[in-house]
Amino acid sequence: MSEFHDPSNVLNPEHADHQIITPVTYGMVFLTLLIFTGITVGAAYVDLGIFNPVVALAIASFKAVVVILFFMHVKYQSNLIKLTVAAGFFTFLVLITMTMSDYISRAWGLW
Amino acid sequence: MDNAIVATRPHTHETAVAAEHEHVVLPQHRHHFETKEQQREAATFGMWLFLLTEIMFFGGLFFAYLLYRNWYHDAFVVSSNQLSIPLGAANTAILITSGFFMALGVWAAEVQKKSLLVLFLVLTTVFGVAFLGIKAVEYHEKWEKHHIPGSHFDVSEFINPPVNPKTGKLTEKPLAPDMAQKTQVFFFLYFAMTGMHAFHMILGIGLLFWLTWRANRGEFSAGYVAPIENFGLYWHFVDIVWLFLFPLLYLINRHPGY
Repeated sequence: MSEFHDPSNVLNPEHADHQIITPVTYGMVFLTLLIFTGITVGAAYVDLGIFNPVVALAIASFKAVVVILFFMHVKYQSNLIKLTVAAGFFTFLVLITMTMSDYISRAWGLW
Repeated sequence: MDNAIVATRPHTHETAVAAEHEHVVLPQHRHHFETKEQQREAATFGMWLFLLTEIMFFGGLFFAYLLYRNWYHDAFVVSSNQLSIPLGAANTAILITSGFFMALGVWAAEVQKKSLLVLFLVLTTVFGVAFLGIKAVEYHEKWEKHHIPGSHFDVSEFINPPVNPKTGKLTEKPLAPDMAQKTQVFFFLYFAMTGMHAFHMILGIGLLFWLTWRANRGEFSAGYVAPIENFGLYWHFVDIVWLFLFPLLYLINRHPGY
């Protein structure tokens, strides 16, 4: 065993202490999610033209980030977990972008 | 070649007199992990890797929606208006509530309160089942209106929209027959996406029964939180999928003019 052997990973500056998130935090997250659900439903009945999808998806993304950070504890995890989650979503965006650019450019110049 | 084995696994007092060296193995600290912390982080890491494959899986469906919505926009607008916003919004609230109780369940396991944990798991299940109940009502309405893609699909309502008795105007913009057929693409994606989401919930509810039974035996109220925590990650992930399905299917094609 070297002197740097650190199975709990506590000497590592990347270490994140295990935290128990309190019901108060969960309650605030719950209220936030309900309020933004109300906002997104209300916004759907207002004609914003092309911004209706933009607003709806922005609110959905915000809610998803809140769920990931608090309900799924990512805010309190080590950098390894944070990077894993971020890498997954980033890869997903890359795949969407590449597939979409293929479909957009297939009939390039034919319209 | 016996020596090779002896060299790597020397015969020790521990292996010779195993009975004297009974280890107390806690489920939160199994023998192949050096510390509890290491085991917990490994489990969280593994669960997230699984969820990333789920993102890719649902991502394919979301991409199909994105593409076909651009191709057959008029058909998507009209068929999206067939969905009930009040039912969809109620289901969103129900699912968020279910996720809230799941989060509280993780807290109850962390602070080792057994009866609270069981209560929260039961509440999570109840709201999950309520969500599926409303989904079933919605599916049944589509069945009655022949809006399930296939040989019995009925496009007449999209070609000849009914007149609103109050305003005297058509309730929808009429579609040309070929575009009206494309409403089937919307409903196919609607059933594929919400169906796959509902399938994940049914699996989750099955797991919840199993976890509630184990929680009731006290398995998760003595420091072993990982099954509750990792199931929570799964349940919240399923919530997130719905948080995107709801605006995409129900909301963004609303057109208040009609």
